[in-house]
Amino acid sequence: MECVFGLVGNDFAVVVADTSAVHSILVHKSNEDKIMILDSHKLIAASGEPGDRVQFTEYIQKNVALYQFRNGIPLTTAAAANFTRGELATALRKNPYSVNILLAGYDKETGPSLYYIDYIATLHKVDKGAFGYGSYFSLSLMDRHYHSGMTVEEAIDLVDKCIMEIRSRLVVAPPNFVIKIVDKDGAKEYAWRESVKDAAVASA
Amino acid sequence: MARYDRAITVFSPDGHLFQVEYALEAVRKGNAAVGVRGTDIVVLGVEKKSAAKLQDSRSVRKIVSLDDHVALACAGLKADARVLINRARIECQSHRLTVEDPVTVEYITRYIAGLQQKYTQSGGVRPFGLSTLIIGFDPYTDVPSLYHTDPSGTFSAWKANATGRNSNSMREYLEKNYKETSGQETVKLAIRALLEVVESGGKNIEVAVMTKVHGLRQLEEAEIDAIVAEIEAEKAAAEAAKKAPAAPKET
Repeated sequence: MECVFGLVGNDFAVVVADTSAVHSILVHKSNEDKIMILDSHKLIAASGEPGDRVQFTEYIQKNVALYQFRNGIPLTTAAAANFTRGELATALRKNPYSVNILLAGYDKETGPSLYYIDYIATLHKVDKGAFGYGSYFSLSLMDRHYHSGMTVEEAIDLVDKCIMEIRSRLVVAPPNFVIKIVDKDGAKEYAWRESVKDAAVASA
Repeated sequence: MARYDRAITVFSPDGHLFQVEYALEAVRKGNAAVGVRGTDIVVLGVEKKSAAKLQDSRSVRKIVSLDDHVALACAGLKADARVLINRARIECQSHRLTVEDPVTVEYITRYIAGLQQKYTQSGGVRPFGLSTLIIGFDPYTDVPSLYHTDPSGTFSAWKANATGRNSNSMREYLEKNYKETSGQETVKLAIRALLEVVESGGKNIEVAVMTKVHGLRQLEEAEIDAIVAEIEAEKAAAEAAKKAPAAPKET
């Protein structure tokens, strides 16, 4: 079951996603990156129908890039979130996308922000959010330990607590997670948390 | 002849499409633009007509980015340019979305030229009144490219070209003085060609430089002024050398 969660720190936002690509009872791969770098200072963590997830997030990414070329400046995180939500809403009653999204970004003027966008086009600006069965555990832990203005170390500590809880308490817990972070210097991969590595092929 | 120049879709008896030729006239009245290709760099220069005192000159950008690795300058009807540039920018992103690869310079040139041609063969429309100079680096290579399109929809690759006002003089200058250059030498060649027809000075020309590593960079007025000063100094030195080639050395 796909797990995505994230939170906002003192001048950064962090998002975490599991990395297993599952089809019925088969695990296709356990290093599928579900957090897309939307532009230099935005991350989009998505979970849901695999085809929709990739199609929809790539579509949003290209439209965000087009905006930047047309207007000479990048979209703000709020604008990107509202655009994403609008696209979900337009498709909702015709040909809906089954994708849940956490959009994290950093704007020079307003600092870090996190947006919760679910598959029926709900939009909330939040300090912490989560999707999937893992959310039952990660939201509870974040409610207990989160405070505003956390440092990177504190935030990653909380992220690791959530990952541990998911691994130990969720019946079909995903083994591996990827952590990405966005701050004034841009969006980048922070770390992977792997408990199952794809075995290297033995040489003949 | 007058009967054959109203509608775009009508050939004249001697095989002309007059509307397209009139569009080329519009280009000839537009501002001068020059493009020069070097070994590791490609440069665009455009004449900036003196801005009205109250106009905010920063809002008038003549050299635009189509994507991270492709840029365009044009001569002719600026309003038509906005439409073409918008369509090209959309196509650049659409290409990335469908084939997961950035466009090659030739692809986007062919697209723009194709668009210009479509408007020479449709009813009720007129051609775009502009010629473009398109520069860029193909993805996965270090090879710079320069292409030119015109209102008829023709396009081709060039080592150096000019379009707009006095383009013939600039092209003649380039034909006489072109050689394979790189880096700053290419920039100087482009500016020298532009200075043949434009009043000298940083406020009258806009120059942008594209490299593989840094993408498109617009030169600041101060930088352009410095290069223009260098060029004038070189010209003066060449003049002086011509005037007194056998001057005796001072003892």
